[in-house]
Amino acid sequence: MLKMTDISKTFNPGTVNEKPVLKGLSLHIHPGDFITVIGGNGAGKSTMLNVIAGVHKSDGGQILLDGTDITYLPEQKRARLLGRVFQDPMMGTAANMSIEENLAMAFRRTKHRGLRWGVSASEVAGYREALSRLELGLEDRLTSKVGLLSGGQRQALTLLMATLQKPKLLLLDEHTAALDPKTAAKVLDLTEEIISEDHLTALMVTHNMRDAIKLGNRLIMMHDGRIIYDVSGEEKKNLQVEDLLKKFETAAGEALANDRMLLAN
Amino acid sequence: MLATIISGTAQGFSWVLLTLGVYITFRLLDFADLTVEGSFPLGAGVSVVLVNAGVNPFLAFLIAFVCGMTAGAITGFLNTVCKIPPILSGILTMISLYSINLRIQSGRATVTFQEDTARNIIAGWLPDGFSNNSIAILVGAILAALTIAILYFFFGTEIGAALRATGNNPYMARALSVNTKAMTVLGLMLSNGLIAASGSFYAQFDYGSAIVTMGQGSIVIGLASVIIGEVLFCHKDHSFAYKLTAIVIGALIYRIVYSLALYGDFMEETDLKLVTAVIVVLMLSVPVIKDFIASRHARAVNTAKYKNGGAADA
Repeated sequence: MLKMTDISKTFNPGTVNEKPVLKGLSLHIHPGDFITVIGGNGAGKSTMLNVIAGVHKSDGGQILLDGTDITYLPEQKRARLLGRVFQDPMMGTAANMSIEENLAMAFRRTKHRGLRWGVSASEVAGYREALSRLELGLEDRLTSKVGLLSGGQRQALTLLMATLQKPKLLLLDEHTAALDPKTAAKVLDLTEEIISEDHLTALMVTHNMRDAIKLGNRLIMMHDGRIIYDVSGEEKKNLQVEDLLKKFETAAGEALANDRMLLAN
Repeated sequence: MLATIISGTAQGFSWVLLTLGVYITFRLLDFADLTVEGSFPLGAGVSVVLVNAGVNPFLAFLIAFVCGMTAGAITGFLNTVCKIPPILSGILTMISLYSINLRIQSGRATVTFQEDTARNIIAGWLPDGFSNNSIAILVGAILAALTIAILYFFFGTEIGAALRATGNNPYMARALSVNTKAMTVLGLMLSNGLIAASGSFYAQFDYGSAIVTMGQGSIVIGLASVIIGEVLFCHKDHSFAYKLTAIVIGALIYRIVYSLALYGDFMEETDLKLVTAVIVVLMLSVPVIKDFIASRHARAVNTAKYKNGGAADA
């Protein structure tokens, strides 16, 4: 499915602010994997997702998606293959456009855009049905501007938009971190539901170790630009938060430092 | 007075296309584009020179549109490829156009039509008795309606929606496979094409010549028109076609007010840049003034409530 080999990324190279973030990262994602990603501050979790999505180009290494080399493919072309949900609920939707216009943009993620009508009447019924899955009553507000929705509603909508056309890989970058606990739980349930029902392959960064253990079939822990722990199957199911903390100390030689993670557990 | 309003309306139609162009960059693309001040005289200059060289005035109008698109493409190139900030990209194209426009006009600051303009030709088609002003209003209104219709349909298409999404949230647009650089360039081309066409219309239907400095302040005029239209007629929920129409009316109102300001003897033509700035300031301050009045009122009500020994229930 996705195969990253020896990926490196340094920000501001050659300046006093030079910051190596990814240092020879390799990861092989299998079809149907739902991987949760945890790690300390500055471990490179978001950068890894951004390098996969093409927001940042890697300095070295290779990224293969279904055998195709996408290492140098521009962000908007990779977007045809990937679904993305950001940490900031404002980032995944266009506030001044209506709910149906946002969905229609997402519906055309995998297609060539031309001078056909931006939202065709035949699509709208499908959008209504897709929205009803969220159980937020948005199916009756198709023409409302997205800017009128709450952060949680926008994040749920972004999730729906990211999966409206089945992505080869779904990238979730701490997508519940900015939501209140109740809404976060709801969006997380929805995430699990959509991933399992649509048989998606997903990579989810989270700061919540309990969620990281509970969700998905595989867990990876990052530290200092590399993957230091990769666990799946039964072993992952039986993990405890304490085990993760201990693993981290053994592998990294220091205590786990992630402000949000410590607050959340 | 009525004559002033009519001539103001006629002049207003010269600025309608410019206003729609400014609306595309400032509101839809969220790009503060100053190319305007160069592409407006570009459209006028190209038209005069071409018509004097024997080119059909209607064709000259279309060529002016294409020249404006080219200017917009250059600003877009500077911004998206050379990564120069929007305002500076526009300024660089604008000052380049000053030199280019002088070249086009063979070094003359002013060039005047020697041959028939589109207005003269249309006047020949119409029965006698149509004044220059009424021709400008007639043609301007048809052109405005046509442009609104085209823009309405274009921004409703897949590419149009991608362009709006680019202006609204470029991160989202890229994540949904939109080439935001291409959309920025396209928006700037469309906008400056309209602005140059506006310059051509102004030269052919109103002014009769092209001056290299005629673009000075045009960005503020465009913004003033957009803001007047929005403040007076628009709500957030209005449809796109309605908004475009409101903005066109804003452009007309601006010109009428401008003409009326000149009507008396107390103001010189040279004062009008100041008048324009004051109009923009007033229109932009409307929300602040509304808030101020509302909060004053709420405060007075609240003070009165507690004045008589605290009427509020404990």
